[in-house]
Amino acid sequence: MDSQWTQFLAGGLTAGSVYALVALGYSIIFNASRVINFAQGEFVMIGGMSAVSLVATGVPMPIAVAGAVVIASIVGLLLEKLAVERAPRADVVTLIIITIGASIFLRGLAQLVWDKAIHPLPPFSGDRPIAVLGATIVPQSLWVLGAMVVIVAALSWFFGRTLLGKAMLATSHNRLAAQLVGIDVAKVLFASFGLAAALGAIAGVLIAPITFTSYDVGVMLGLKGFAAAILGGLGSFAGAIVGGLVLGLLESLSAGYVSSAYKDVVAFLIMLVVLFFRPRGILGALQSVRV
Amino acid sequence: MFASRRQDATNPWWASSRTGGIALLALVIALAPLAISNNYFYDVAIIVGLNAIVCVGLNLLIGYAGQISLGHAGFVGLGAYGSALLASRYGWPPLAALVAATAGVALLAFVVGRPILRLHGHYLAMATLGLGIIVSIVISTEDGLTGGPDGMPVPPLALFGLVVQGERTWYWVVGGCLLLAVWLAQNLIESPIGRALRALHTSEIAAEVAGIDSARHKLMVFVVSAVFAAVAGGLTAFYAGFITPAKASFLHSIELVTMVVFGGMASTFGAVVGAAILTVLPQVLTLLKDYEMVVFGALMMLTMIFLPLGVVPTLAGYWRRGAR
Amino acid sequence: MAVICKARVSMLVAAIAFSGAICAVVPASAQEPIRIGAFLSVTGPAAFLGDPEQKTLEMYIERINAAGGVTGRKLQLVVYDDGGDADKARTFTKRLLEQDKVDIIVGGSTTGTTMAAVPLVEQAQVPLVSLAGAVVIVEPTKKWVFKTPHTDRMACEKIFADMRGRKLTKVALISGAGGFDKSMRGECLKVAGKYGVDIVADESYGAADTDMTAQLTKIKGTPSVQAVLNCGFGQGPAIVTKNYKQLGLTTPLYQSHGVASKEFIKLAGDAAEGVRLPAAALLVADILPESDAQKPVVVAYKRDYEAKYKSDVSTFGGHAYDGLMLAVDAIKRAGGTDKAKLRDALESTRGYIGTAGVVNMSSADHMGLDLTAFRMLEVRNGGWVLVKETAM
Repeated sequence: MDSQWTQFLAGGLTAGSVYALVALGYSIIFNASRVINFAQGEFVMIGGMSAVSLVATGVPMPIAVAGAVVIASIVGLLLEKLAVERAPRADVVTLIIITIGASIFLRGLAQLVWDKAIHPLPPFSGDRPIAVLGATIVPQSLWVLGAMVVIVAALSWFFGRTLLGKAMLATSHNRLAAQLVGIDVAKVLFASFGLAAALGAIAGVLIAPITFTSYDVGVMLGLKGFAAAILGGLGSFAGAIVGGLVLGLLESLSAGYVSSAYKDVVAFLIMLVVLFFRPRGILGALQSVRV
Repeated sequence: MFASRRQDATNPWWASSRTGGIALLALVIALAPLAISNNYFYDVAIIVGLNAIVCVGLNLLIGYAGQISLGHAGFVGLGAYGSALLASRYGWPPLAALVAATAGVALLAFVVGRPILRLHGHYLAMATLGLGIIVSIVISTEDGLTGGPDGMPVPPLALFGLVVQGERTWYWVVGGCLLLAVWLAQNLIESPIGRALRALHTSEIAAEVAGIDSARHKLMVFVVSAVFAAVAGGLTAFYAGFITPAKASFLHSIELVTMVVFGGMASTFGAVVGAAILTVLPQVLTLLKDYEMVVFGALMMLTMIFLPLGVVPTLAGYWRRGAR
Repeated sequence: MAVICKARVSMLVAAIAFSGAICAVVPASAQEPIRIGAFLSVTGPAAFLGDPEQKTLEMYIERINAAGGVTGRKLQLVVYDDGGDADKARTFTKRLLEQDKVDIIVGGSTTGTTMAAVPLVEQAQVPLVSLAGAVVIVEPTKKWVFKTPHTDRMACEKIFADMRGRKLTKVALISGAGGFDKSMRGECLKVAGKYGVDIVADESYGAADTDMTAQLTKIKGTPSVQAVLNCGFGQGPAIVTKNYKQLGLTTPLYQSHGVASKEFIKLAGDAAEGVRLPAAALLVADILPESDAQKPVVVAYKRDYEAKYKSDVSTFGGHAYDGLMLAVDAIKRAGGTDKAKLRDALESTRGYIGTAGVVNMSSADHMGLDLTAFRMLEVRNGGWVLVKETAM
């Protein structure tokens, strides 16, 4: 009985790490443009499916992963250039509908480029289960958790030390002030889409060996990633990570201790309660409104 | 009379005046059967009408009050299942079931609305999304009561002893309900409450300073839009004779919001046009088979890029500029 | 001279008139195609079912037309994708009936979409051959509705019979959230007692869930569990199977006929070793004994489908094949597309050998299969083997 909770923990953290990576994508784009990019889930899908295709042509795994991330980033950049940038004066809701249209478009394209079947991806380092603290996990889970830690570290360095990263951070704090000091916010938005797409693709490639991938895997993951981003506080990078992990844990623990049929209901109910007490999300910044 | 003429001096009479717009809609509804040659087209028209009713209500919430709901399909589903269960399992007369289900949904919206509407923007969106998902999961899981994901059959609607059956009859019923819904929405918009809502949309703080109880107004429009949704849901259940939890799914909620924004926010007729276009378009695009999704997505993006205010307001704007 | 000319002219005129009359009388339908309508879930959560179904229908209609059609007429397929949504299915059925004026409908990949269409075909009096699994489609029997796949109740019975043969009586259920999953779970709960089976745990997972370790951990923690039955299709069961191995569960695992395809083995990998499931003979076409009546049919279908589409054959495509062939056979026996005669011909199908089994329909049975149509299979070395039937 006691070892059960470690198993629930392991499953929740693995799923939560994927949600966290997707949530990061949402937050990054939100920070640059106040827009929720509903096509974020499709970047995850493109990452996974591209990796499957590349592996099928005989390319070794690391190159396939890199290739998949590059492909997804290109798609993200194209999306920004061809769709978002063409509607400069549109308000937030219109832009959201554009991204919804983009997600449908990308899913339809995936159907044509690939197919409607479900595809597995070989795990990065085999799938002999590892026993840890009474739970058993597959090695791929360690890759997922490890990758998340590495990415968090890399992003901290990026946002803290590089010029582009600092520009993105500045834009997220105050867009007008950033423009006043000479930051090209259009370029920041362009880079944000690329970065969000790359993060989504990494999530997609990491999770595909565990959960398989298909042309419509982005719908649910996009939704959960969005929920995680909101739960943690939209726009906050630490919040995205926290939100993702918390959501994953909520699901797993509800399935284990409450009811597996209603685990999503429990998770969402708890989310609603959290939002009720903290209307900006767990780590969301309190925003002052100028009158 | 002269005052209202002056107010509408820059707008064509058919795009903004209350009576003009409704008259035009009534004309379209009355004349459309001349172009309809079989029951399939009636079916599509009926679905357009039912979606339009939900969208008109949702537009009050999104377009005028400036709130957002990504879970409105939940209200539609509750209205549908409420009516269906009361009518089939408990043997209530269908009309009474519809009224009771709507009242139940209104009550739920009232109870849930107060805490939820304290949230703003994307947080409100997520909260409503979460609500919608909770509703659809509960409906789907309680299969003993609701028939689960495979759905349940619904007895036909009977009004004053007469069974409402057949596409032609339903067309007139739905058409009438749509006109009523549009009329109610327009009345609300042009009443002091409507003005308060628009003030709220522009700036909640300024509105409160001016003495408007924003929480009360937001809650009211939330409940009204939920009522529209529930009625449409109940009518759909009786018309189709069969319902499934997909009615309450979050994909359907996103579809509804898309219809409202696509057609034009803050425009009741925009909501109707949006519902019409996005219901008919998939029927047409299905001929493209595998290319349906790609084309649909592309059309959505292109329309929102080139008509950023939505179809009706952007076109009305061109008309206005052309008329000058 | 004039008299003879007149006689010849009038004979000529009569001949022309006669042939003209023949052309008018020979039904215009000799040229008019037989319209076969279909609404399938080609995209959406049931794409696993609808995609091979559509491919099968398209392929075989093309072949039949190339061979001359049916009763001298070509077949014309009108197919719509309902995305698994029952409302869309209803609208498309109406479109098939009213706009496309089809002679017979093959379709409804899922129970939900089929049931939405049932009132319409009953009213329009057009035969419907469903490709969905739940027993509710043909029980109670509806005059115009038939189906080709085995029912989910039969799957439960086959599985429980096998369990009883292995002396496994305490069973844990784990099922998905979809219609197929829930319907089969419901049927299994109903018939378990008949086979002396006790359901000691009942877990479920969501449609797009990626991790079922929590549910399986609970099952692992239930002391008396002797076997686990997973009712589901698509990627869920594959993930369940992988998690099963990950957690080191050793009790026998049974899957449903919903994953009866090579794809399941590909997805689950070597975690699928030892998994048992009931399936149509189609899956083991190559290792069927030569004496098996179904062998020629299933071998031919498998060979043709895999050659054309370069992907593994699936039982769902097989159901579409059966649906189409039953329709064609009925059209031949009815001598045309008179709807009432067509319906009667369908109902009197006897001894038809399809991919699902031998079909014997009657007015009380609009599916026509019995439990022998299901074979119990086990996964061994990445392939299927037939399990020896225990006495039922």
